Amino acid sequence: MTPTESGPAVKPGINKIEVPVLARVEGEGELHIKTKGGRILDLKVSIPEPPRLFESFLRGRHFMEAPDITARICGICPIAYQMSAVHALERALGVSVPPSIRSLRRLFYCGEWIESHVLHIFFLHLPDFLGCQDAFEVAAKNAEAVRMALRLKKLGNEIVRVLGGREIHPVSACVGGFYRVPRKEELEALAPELEWALQASLEAVTLTASLEFPDFEQDYEFVALSHPGEYAMNEGRIVSNRGLDIDAAEFEEHIVEQHVKHSNALHSVMRERGSYMVGPLARFNLNYGQLTEQARRAAEQARLEPPVRNPFKSIVVRAVETVFACEEALRIIAAYEPPPVPRVEVKPREASGAAATEAPRGLLYHRYSVDADGLITGARIVPPTAQNLRRMEEDLWNYVPALLELDNEQIAWRAEQAIRNYDPCISCATHFLKVRRE
Amino acid sequence: MSSDGRKPRIAVFKFASCDGCQLSLLDAEDELLAVAGAVEIAWFPEASRRMAKGPYDIALVEGSITTHHDAEAIQRIRRQAKTLVTIGACATAGGIQALRNWHDTAEWVRYVYAKPDFISTLKTSTPVAEHVPVDFELRGCPINKHQLIELISAMLAGRKPNIPTYSLCLECKRRGNTCVMVACGTPCLGPATQAGCGAICPSMQRGCYGCFGPMESANGPSLASQFRLLGCTREQVERAFRSYNGWAWPFRKVFEEAPKP
Repeated sequence: MTPTESGPAVKPGINKIEVPVLARVEGEGELHIKTKGGRILDLKVSIPEPPRLFESFLRGRHFMEAPDITARICGICPIAYQMSAVHALERALGVSVPPSIRSLRRLFYCGEWIESHVLHIFFLHLPDFLGCQDAFEVAAKNAEAVRMALRLKKLGNEIVRVLGGREIHPVSACVGGFYRVPRKEELEALAPELEWALQASLEAVTLTASLEFPDFEQDYEFVALSHPGEYAMNEGRIVSNRGLDIDAAEFEEHIVEQHVKHSNALHSVMRERGSYMVGPLARFNLNYGQLTEQARRAAEQARLEPPVRNPFKSIVVRAVETVFACEEALRIIAAYEPPPVPRVEVKPREASGAAATEAPRGLLYHRYSVDADGLITGARIVPPTAQNLRRMEEDLWNYVPALLELDNEQIAWRAEQAIRNYDPCISCATHFLKVRRE
Repeated sequence: MSSDGRKPRIAVFKFASCDGCQLSLLDAEDELLAVAGAVEIAWFPEASRRMAKGPYDIALVEGSITTHHDAEAIQRIRRQAKTLVTIGACATAGGIQALRNWHDTAEWVRYVYAKPDFISTLKTSTPVAEHVPVDFELRGCPINKHQLIELISAMLAGRKPNIPTYSLCLECKRRGNTCVMVACGTPCLGPATQAGCGAICPSMQRGCYGCFGPMESANGPSLASQFRLLGCTREQVERAFRSYNGWAWPFRKVFEEAPKP
């Protein structure tokens, strides 16, 4: 949609609330709400993001290219794609990596969580709570908060850059480990700024916890990775608060993707149960006990107790996870000893394997099949936003009726805020898809 | 840029892409507030709900053209933009999704979607310059944020941006790297690729994969024969050249005859 297009004509008696360009989300989305006499007739989050067909062109490419290629699905969470790809392929090819590689991958993810969460908290979501159009308006009122956010975000990016060469689409991660691992001093140089970031992220928790939240709770099925020894990022079983407990290899038996005409990304649903939620709220509610000490204390001070069922409070949970990521990064750096070799050798064989990791906005599933020459013969990718889309629409169906007294501009804005609770990444969700417009 | 004293109006548009290039602007943490103060951010949905109609002084365009809708939209954007800059490999060369240009797109859609009838897409993914005149191309998958800030500063000052078009090898040498191709026999697209990333791949002991696209007067065929001498199969060479900038002609011509005029 470009500025000169105009919307369709409205039928008498029907109120149409149109958001032709969803702002402050990654990628292109639209919101259409039709009401009549105080009732919602129709509601759609539709997605005109063009299809890019990644799963198709991965076929015939070498498996070592998969982390670099799939990173291009999303410029906001490239590490998530690299991590899910390397884990799925390592499981397929029977590779296990030494503990120091495992820790470095976790550190890599901490960098992305910090960068992505801070971007979403301060630049994409906070303006709604303060009645601002964007973070630049927020900066005019509270320059200090935005400067703090920029410095925090920069640190997240710096972790990624030190490990991966650049912030977006870093180049070091590969199946078997890394092309190059950092020296201990390179990581230690990050520690002083991380100490500052830990304090700054605690302030971010206080700041976000002081916001006003709509009185809105939902009975969600929360789905996240869970690991016995740590707050899960890269490894674990996929669990839910309603008894799901599966290996990633079983994902497609339990989660089905539905192709819906109106919404232009595939909707994932739990077989025979329906919608579910992935992301910070799900992780926090399912893995609360494994948060680091200061993160848990910050959550207590913010009066966040699992299960948090108000999706608007995800902004506080993201801040809590930022505290966690800073503490975890400091712990990993302090304990780091470079591995004997940056990557273990991986021999191709005919195989297939699946894995899921925790992207900042939730569970990201990859499955690959490769042939004896190491060429990919099949791929399936289920991004977090595709999993949340159905649930996001259900939130709106339940949230918007209470807003119908307001004028259309206000209804649209509040509905947008509810969509942004999910930090939707439409570029991810639609790495393939465009459905015809209405 | 504007002679009447008003702030130049900047717009950021997106087509088929990953969002990473426009994110580079938000990733310029040290310069972002200064840029926001020097211009009017008129259209940048990723960052703001405020969306003002054109005309715009500068349009930054991310993403390739893959649908009829987008092919029309880019015409409207061109009409509204005094200066149109493509940012990144998708907008400049068609991106990784241009791999469809050598394949059966309909089959690819069927592979991904249960109901291919719902999908409306062109058979090709093409760079913006195949549709409208482009004033400047910023390379990279993703672009380098320092180059983006340099470009915006240059446009605001009305000078030529200082963005080199020489090969990655110059950057690599300046970093003091040992050549991965000469010393380790690792195929590296660096000799044919434009500088700009800081030679990060050879610095990680891997070959460049060409995400900044062909340098000025790149000699792809010559580099391809060097890859063959290193023991690459024809298929491996083809995969190396056909990736994020595969549709750029200097890389395409390694395997293709020039199109008839």
